[in-house]
Amino acid sequence: MNCIIIDDDTSARLIIRQLCKNSNLVVKEEFSSAVEAIKYLNSNSIDVAFLDIHMPTFSGFDFIKTLKTSLKVILTTSDKNFALEAFEFDCVVDYILKPVGIDRFNKSIKKLFNLPLAQLVNEENNEKPENIDFIFVNVDKRLVKIKIPEILLIEARGDYISIRTDKKSYVVHSTLKKIDSKLPSDSFLRIHRSYIINTSEIIDIEDNSVLINKHIIPISRSHKTELIKRLNLL
Amino acid sequence: METPNLDYLKQISGGDIEFEKSMLAVLKLDFAIEYAAIQANYEKNNFEQLILDIHKIKNKIGILGMKKSLALASECEKSIKKVKKEKFDDLLLILTKINVYLNNI
Repeated sequence: MNCIIIDDDTSARLIIRQLCKNSNLVVKEEFSSAVEAIKYLNSNSIDVAFLDIHMPTFSGFDFIKTLKTSLKVILTTSDKNFALEAFEFDCVVDYILKPVGIDRFNKSIKKLFNLPLAQLVNEENNEKPENIDFIFVNVDKRLVKIKIPEILLIEARGDYISIRTDKKSYVVHSTLKKIDSKLPSDSFLRIHRSYIINTSEIIDIEDNSVLINKHIIPISRSHKTELIKRLNLL
Repeated sequence: METPNLDYLKQISGGDIEFEKSMLAVLKLDFAIEYAAIQANYEKNNFEQLILDIHKIKNKIGILGMKKSLALASECEKSIKKVKKEKFDDLLLILTKINVYLNNI
């Protein structure tokens, strides 16, 4: 199991890293800012985050509210007053007070490993929270919010994807597979190796292409059957 | 008044000298900065920032094994939130003691 550490205090990060050495957790990365961690999670699959609550500008709770993966969170804080609020979030496994002791840390890890397997695996379904209708993407070092229903289509461009809405296009360093895991499967469909479309935005279909807004998008033979199934054909 | 000590760090390190060295280097550097910020923000009556400063330094007080002082820092943090300064002088004494300790190890 892998993890990241998010804390604006260097000494707190060093301690968690040291404690992880004697556990089955591999520390993949550490961050002094939650925003940097969000950017990292956009392109990396992580099981667990050790997360501080009090951080300048973007708090631990702000971070949790933006999560769209099945990441589990162990909160590490010097403040015992947020425990009730913390456990309102499904992703929170434990709440540890600083300075974190060895026994308390091990208890928390035990709790983590005792979770049902289904809660720990990055299953595709777990990564698609149906009640969230937005996605944050990293554009020129800014996290930009895009409303999912406004997305017309997504095009693969090498190491990047282009997310097109009615008003704007966003070029993001990511993959179609990654963004597909964040989109609701009932309205978005991959119709070509380079395209995912919002099926509710289709204007018409002709031979092997669909018209969405003013864009003509090719349909590959292998994806056509699935697309036809989705259409409310008369 | 409690005395800062390295018992907690030794326990966490499990004999890892490199870790102990790194931790002490970080503590020395960051504590001095945070201690200075607390004094400056207190003098400026910048309570909003002072609350954040005290919150941040609490972890370091705990790392140095000072449980009662950590509790006092939490009380002081609460008081400052109510714009009350009564615990601050006690906290400042503790922080000064830690600063001297860190400068001499």
